[in-house]
Amino acid sequence: MPYPANYRYTREHEWISLDGTIGTIGITDYAQNSLGDIVYVDVPKVGDSVTANATFGSVESVKAVSDLFSPVSGKVTAINEALKTEPDKINAAPHETWIIKVELSNPAEFNSLLDAAAYEKFISEETGS
Amino acid sequence: MATDIRNSTPVTAHTTTGKVRPHQTQNEALVFEKSAPGKCAYKMPPLDVPAVDPAELLGDAHREALGLLPELSEIEIIRHFTRLSTWNYAIDLGMYPLGSCTMKYNPRVNEVVARIAGFAEAHPYRPSSHAQGGMEIIEQLQRCLLEITGMDAITLQPAAGAHGEFTGILLTRAWHESQGNPRRKVLIPDSAHGTNPATAAICGYQIENLKSNSDGGIDLGALARQVDFDTAALMLTNPSTLGVFENQIHKIADILHDKGALLYMDGANMNALVGKVRPGDFGVDVMHLNLHKTFSTPHGGGGPGAGPVACKAFLEPFLPIPVLVRNEDGTRHWDYDRPHSVGRVRAFYGNTGMFIRALAYILANGPDGLRQTTEDAVLNANYIRKKLEDLYELPYNTPSMHEVVFSDKRQAAHGVKTGDIAKRLIDYGFHPYTVSFPLIVQGALMIEPTESESVEELDLFIAAMRSIAREAEENPELVKTAPHSTRVSRLDEVQAARKPVLRWKPRENPHS
Repeated sequence: MPYPANYRYTREHEWISLDGTIGTIGITDYAQNSLGDIVYVDVPKVGDSVTANATFGSVESVKAVSDLFSPVSGKVTAINEALKTEPDKINAAPHETWIIKVELSNPAEFNSLLDAAAYEKFISEETGS
Repeated sequence: MATDIRNSTPVTAHTTTGKVRPHQTQNEALVFEKSAPGKCAYKMPPLDVPAVDPAELLGDAHREALGLLPELSEIEIIRHFTRLSTWNYAIDLGMYPLGSCTMKYNPRVNEVVARIAGFAEAHPYRPSSHAQGGMEIIEQLQRCLLEITGMDAITLQPAAGAHGEFTGILLTRAWHESQGNPRRKVLIPDSAHGTNPATAAICGYQIENLKSNSDGGIDLGALARQVDFDTAALMLTNPSTLGVFENQIHKIADILHDKGALLYMDGANMNALVGKVRPGDFGVDVMHLNLHKTFSTPHGGGGPGAGPVACKAFLEPFLPIPVLVRNEDGTRHWDYDRPHSVGRVRAFYGNTGMFIRALAYILANGPDGLRQTTEDAVLNANYIRKKLEDLYELPYNTPSMHEVVFSDKRQAAHGVKTGDIAKRLIDYGFHPYTVSFPLIVQGALMIEPTESESVEELDLFIAAMRSIAREAEENPELVKTAPHSTRVSRLDEVQAARKPVLRWKPRENPHS
């Protein structure tokens, strides 16, 4: 699955897209593939603060519970309610299925993240393939 | 819901020749479904005392209708539970190589000793003067465990490993508070047991993740950068969940102690160290032991567990109450008057039946026996590693201690994942190994044979694993659809997690 060129990525396998100062965050195809079937997504509340590189929630698959790391700092403006009943949407369409939206407090953080090419290079190193 | 055997439809597509799938022993219904009105296991004798009116005695608590309770005869009940028991797998049936869990044999001598009437029938409310024997067991076990760990003080009360972690971090917090600041965060390596971060969070700490280095161990540079005066402790499993000994452990302790932070050791893997090295000697401040792993008490449904916490002298004032104290005349009493104690962590004195079994194990082995146990556990894991490393990928090349972690990388090329290999292992008569843990290994196969297994049993296991590796190449579908020899074939784990059915409900019309 291609990694959208307009997204930015973390080494913890989250993606973020930016519209003005609103960032939309999800997990990558590599992440959903490693986790396997996702059964539950734990997210913060609207209005909560998130910090770059700190955990903001977790995602549970049949194999494990993994922390979600925020690519940026800011305030949560929306959460994807559909994931409460259909967490498997992440498996089906990881790059279209967002988890939270964040109003960035420091938009410069977006540019310090990995671009698609750098992220693909990172995962190929990580898998050693 | 169980299949209705009256329809006699095969349960799975993978019918083994000659195996009668619809038979009762393969398709036991729930006890509620076997019920029929009026069946009864016992007939009460005529009343020889004056009858009472339960409604009058119980008032509002009295129920006219008792709800749906199963009605069966005695033989039906016995058959029901006996059949269910035959579907189980146990260490008494074969090897149980569940990594990190240390499913070692529970020697029968432990059971004999624990069933001595004086112990088995002891009541926790007996006065100390009548309980000196039981207290001597506790005192002796404490002494043995302190000798084995090299620590100064101990409580046997926690009822499980995670409960021990909780108690140990409570001690840590109480000590920091006594120094004027409980501090804010606890460091946890990314290879840790999930209970470690859960414990720290429950005790009010923020969790900071510590990345493993390329050997799967602690990165000293990263540790030094992350430890500060806000760090309460590092929770470290040694050997790690990769089965690797942290050979820089004393330096790790120094880095923490320089900043006033404590070193907590998760003793889940202590079976790789007993009689060889002592955590108290390599800088650990507080740790728990799992009697149900290292010291051979029952485990995994059979429990209960026991997670004693040992600590250095400076933490002793904070130990949970009561603490066993020896009187001048050689008798013992329980001391409840400990103003700095974190309080009670459990009713009474802990799972004392496990203390008897663990002490029996320690005394039956003796120091040399325990040392040999450790050596055999490490030898067995390395034997498996050596015999399988040509077929299964070793993600970390560091020497293994009591367990070995492979990855499914080569089999995954054929679409066969660690979970598939584990399920296929059931067909070969073994309990699966630990799947997909530790999380730092993609597609982990975590194998811990323990010292209990003979070379003959290990060879059977190795032959099974080699055969599965061949199947993964030649006939991957066979592995991906395993198990084939069990009562039910592969269950839908995803549906079970997403839409769990947590209780049985009667059908509207049982004959529809």
